[in-house]
Amino acid sequence: MQNSSLTADIESADKNACACCGGAKIHEFPQYLAIDSKLSLADYIGAFKVRMGMGRSDYSVAPGLYSLGNPGRDSVVIVSSNYKLTFDSLRSAIEGLDAWILILDTRGVNVWCAAGKGTFGTEELIRKINDCKLSLVVDHFKLILPQLGASGVAAHEVEKATGFKVIYGPVYASDIKSFIASGYKKDAKMRAVEFGLIERIKVIGVEFVLAIPYLIYIFAAIFILNMLKGRGVIAKTLSDFRPFLIASLSGTCAVPVLLPWLPTRSFAIKGLFAGAISFLAGALFSKKSAVGRLAEALIIPSISSMLALNFTGATTYTAESTTIREVKAFFKPLLISAIAGAFIYVFDILSEKR
Amino acid sequence: MKLKHISGERNLRFESDKCKGCQMCVNVCPHGVFEIVGGKAGIVDLEACMECGACAKNCPFGAISVKSGVGCAYAIINGMLKGTAPNCGCSDSSSGCCGEK
Repeated sequence: MQNSSLTADIESADKNACACCGGAKIHEFPQYLAIDSKLSLADYIGAFKVRMGMGRSDYSVAPGLYSLGNPGRDSVVIVSSNYKLTFDSLRSAIEGLDAWILILDTRGVNVWCAAGKGTFGTEELIRKINDCKLSLVVDHFKLILPQLGASGVAAHEVEKATGFKVIYGPVYASDIKSFIASGYKKDAKMRAVEFGLIERIKVIGVEFVLAIPYLIYIFAAIFILNMLKGRGVIAKTLSDFRPFLIASLSGTCAVPVLLPWLPTRSFAIKGLFAGAISFLAGALFSKKSAVGRLAEALIIPSISSMLALNFTGATTYTAESTTIREVKAFFKPLLISAIAGAFIYVFDILSEKR
Repeated sequence: MKLKHISGERNLRFESDKCKGCQMCVNVCPHGVFEIVGGKAGIVDLEACMECGACAKNCPFGAISVKSGVGCAYAIINGMLKGTAPNCGCSDSSSGCCGEK
């Protein structure tokens, strides 16, 4: 089967029903879709696009039962979400394995986030086990779930309701093969969520793209201000826009990349620090007046810090209670500083001589 | 390098006397918060806890409770402005948070 047509099949399948078993009789072997491990060019392009924040909310495959390789009655059953990025990384990570893959309907959200919301959850898992008649597919009554699904699934309740024993596998799909080969043994490393440089760089794209609309508003506002003053509008706007661009790059790119090395464990302070350095570096080239520089000093670190706070949502280790404490301590002061800076900035532009 | 968020309390409670040492919490925790010591679980790294709730959900003996939520400032600010619980809209259409897993 050609990979491009396969993708089309998956995506056109009914997204609300179990794709596998429409119309099957009670004791009939359920239907399933055969897939392979090879990613097509379209899969890579799709992955790149979601990384850049495009169509991220609608990148899904049909829930249901899939077969990879040539699975039989004693082959493993691996459960996952219907976010296509997850689906693709799973099927390519287990190349060479004969496996059943049971895809839950998580509305196109990755396993961990969906588990937090309960869509990758006990109820949905029980429903899919029943809808896809899993007890007719395999004899062993074991399921391998991604460990990060555990915040939505109660293993003992699934077993009570269906007889299927939930085995929590490794965090990363890339460890599944060695996990299975070792007889389901998991070391501390396989259990740990990482947030290394590569992972942090991967989320930069989305962080920056989400900041772009705000940057466009700011750019438009500065453009209008300079039009009112009737000066070399384009060049002036570009130079006046600079601190805002620096601030957002500091908050959305520098903070994620330098995360472990920026001082303290507070995101707001990390962002302030990165923003202060950016301000000082920019000040070397600034042709602004003292008042203009004061405005930049108020604006750049606060915007950088707010964006760094926002980055908590993309990390793998912030708790709600700690993040609430950070927001309560920093959000208002940062907002006030940024707004005060913006007023001074506008005043400075309007009062500049030609 | 193990990254941890700011120090202080976490919304995680563990009742040792209910624990039967089944190791499920150790098995599901992505941050190594629990370890089995002398046949029972114990919290060994509280500040690594991100309150995901996996341990509480999978403890068959109800020995653990977690007030779980989203560690996402955008969601928290969103909730504060609208007077609701923290809400990032991840499962709806637009989304401001959630890394790719």
